[in-house]
Amino acid sequence: MAIKDLPREECYIPGSAACPGCPATMAMRTVFKAIGKNMVMIVPACCTAVIESLHPNTSFDIPTMNIAFEAAAAGASGVEAGLRKQGKTDTTVVAWAGDGGTYDIGIQALSGALERQTNFIYICYNNEIYSNTGIQRSGATPYAAWTTTTVGGKTEFRKEMGEIIMSHHIPYAAQTCVSYPEDLYNKVKKAKSIKGSKYIEIMAPCPPGWRFGMERTVEMGTMAVETGAWALYEYENEVVTFNGKSKLILEGKIKRKPIEDWIKYQGRFRHLFIPKKDVEKIKAIENHIDQKWERYRKCYL
Amino acid sequence: MKKYKISTTISYPVKGAMGRTGNWRVFKPILDKEKCVKCLRCWIYCPEATIIRNNDDTVDIDFEYCKGCGICANVCKVKAIIMEREGKKK
Ligand SMILES: Cc1ncc(C[n+]2csc(CCOP(=O)(O)OP(=O)(O)O)c2C)c(N)n1
Ligand code: SF4
Ligand code: SF4
Ligand code: SF4
Ligand SMILES: [Mg+2]
Repeated sequence: MAIKDLPREECYIPGSAACPGCPATMAMRTVFKAIGKNMVMIVPACCTAVIESLHPNTSFDIPTMNIAFEAAAAGASGVEAGLRKQGKTDTTVVAWAGDGGTYDIGIQALSGALERQTNFIYICYNNEIYSNTGIQRSGATPYAAWTTTTVGGKTEFRKEMGEIIMSHHIPYAAQTCVSYPEDLYNKVKKAKSIKGSKYIEIMAPCPPGWRFGMERTVEMGTMAVETGAWALYEYENEVVTFNGKSKLILEGKIKRKPIEDWIKYQGRFRHLFIPKKDVEKIKAIENHIDQKWERYRKCYL
Repeated sequence: MKKYKISTTISYPVKGAMGRTGNWRVFKPILDKEKCVKCLRCWIYCPEATIIRNNDDTVDIDFEYCKGCGICANVCKVKAIIMEREGKKK
């Protein structure tokens, strides 16, 4: 699958409320290409609910339902049941939520939907913060990152949502990233073809939230993968397969890049470099990533 | 099946739901068609869907809504797109 093979059809319409350089709209365009128009999207409170733009207009050319912050998966369960009752089983139901709505406040509804094997795709675009409300920390915010609620840098490490999802033993789950549109497209396409609960998480570097130049969204995603801060993988029928550069890192065929190559371009980590380099904290980040990959190797190699 | 009356707010899809977002631009992407190798990277990565993919896979830019983020210029491997300050005298 090359870029030129991706469908021309667009269900995202230009002129929305998204910031310039937004990873959410970037990812959404490819997701819409993979699923096509026969879908219903459920969006809780998050940037995307704003990106839709203002009543009576919307920038999304597909049926979209907005719902409370904690309720994406519950709302999707209801929509799926309603469509099933009407015999519209060929319509794909997609819950599209942020990391706050997934890792934190929406985890209960999500876990319930996965346990009931609701036939839908849950997509989390992970910008590692509550960006819509002004950059607060979430369970997905990495250690040492500045947010407006962690002014000296976050003191905890982020949760491994992928492993929480896998413990529900759903038929399909995957991690991908905005910088790899073919990978994203293939994963969404595959999820669409499988019955039952599917979960896809997209790494989504956010320029205003992470404090980097708006032209660097793609680079920030690529570096998240190449430094091993983020991993591309698929979980299918209980088997985990790593993809792309992440596969090479897992197999030891390439070394992951130093984390500095990623964080030094992000203002949210500026306090680790200015006025003086915080060698200890940078080392702590590196160690945490190494431990994660050790665990990945033990479990999935 | 029992039918219920539903009343809710519904929005309809339109181009420029937030107005002419091209006005947000500080820098403008300038495309050199001679250099373009039709790789379509700018098309797939543009967050605003304002890189227009033509039938022959050449590209054009929709300046009415392009927000000037500069991603297209950044992902173009042959430097067929450069960013120029808006209103710069030629
Ligand atoms: C119950 C409840 N608490 C708080 C809010 C305010 N709120 C709206 S969106 C949001 C953050 C969303 O963060 P995330 O899910 O990561 O999406 P993002 O904004 O980053 O796209 C918050 C706190 C709310 N709408 N409802
Ligand atoms: S804050 Fe980030 S995720 Fe939200 S609209 Fe802006 S760029 Fe997109
Ligand atoms: S500058 Fe940004 S919004 Fe404008 S065409 Fe390029 S990528 Fe799209
Ligand atoms: S990225 Fe550059 S070479 Fe590729 S299609 Fe766009 S302008 Fe042409
Ligand atoms: Mg978020």
